[in-house]
Amino acid sequence: MSTRKPYVRPMAGWWLKNPVYIRYILRESTAVFVGIYAVILLIGLIRLSSGEAAWNGWLEAMRGPGAILFHCVALGAAVYHAITWFAVAPKVMPPLYFKGEKVPLEKLVTGQYILAGVIYLVLLGLILWS
Amino acid sequence: MHKRSNEPIVWSLFGAGGVVVAYSMPVFILITGIAAPLGIVSVDVLAYDRLAGFAAGWFGKLFLLVIISLPLWQSAHRMFLSLHDFGVTGGEVFFRVVLYGAALWGTLLPLYLLIGM
Repeated sequence: MSTRKPYVRPMAGWWLKNPVYIRYILRESTAVFVGIYAVILLIGLIRLSSGEAAWNGWLEAMRGPGAILFHCVALGAAVYHAITWFAVAPKVMPPLYFKGEKVPLEKLVTGQYILAGVIYLVLLGLILWS
Repeated sequence: MHKRSNEPIVWSLFGAGGVVVAYSMPVFILITGIAAPLGIVSVDVLAYDRLAGFAAGWFGKLFLLVIISLPLWQSAHRMFLSLHDFGVTGGEVFFRVVLYGAALWGTLLPLYLLIGM
């Protein structure tokens, strides 16, 4: 049995020391809300496959104040995920060329916002009016 | 024998999931979690017949599988990497099994349900 007690630098709260670290942890934390929401959708699918009464029970559960509060926070998390995703994506993808010139980072980020806006509107249109 | 990493597979699912979340999840959360429960949109939007009809077609099945499964892979991979940030050093195999296992379960179960719908 070793009697050595090596010093281990404490890690608690390290990310509170710098705004960059806080934004990083905030970005990674969106995964928790994404995961919970995906499980809520999965439960919805289970209920849907069990018939109309079960599905209506799921819809009823979604009306609880706790559920609505959760979804408001989850919406913020999903939007924050999107913003950070669009900022990082051009940096991890191979460079895009247009007329022999590298497309600048800002244009790629803006392009993703435009694409996302179009897709959101199409989805809303299909969900609400189709 | 060279041992191959499973990282590219998990990362591909993470990347695809991140795209799905960024380009669609805000809309789904807004409709199912806020607008429909608060009565801002009609109850017909999420009516049983409409959703069951959607899940009966092959496009609906694929769509629902994608929006449930891929976000789970994205979430699982991100949470796995975050363990290190919060000082969790041991149990890597355990956490891989739990997190990626949950995402795999969240892929196979909807697949099975949707095939039967």
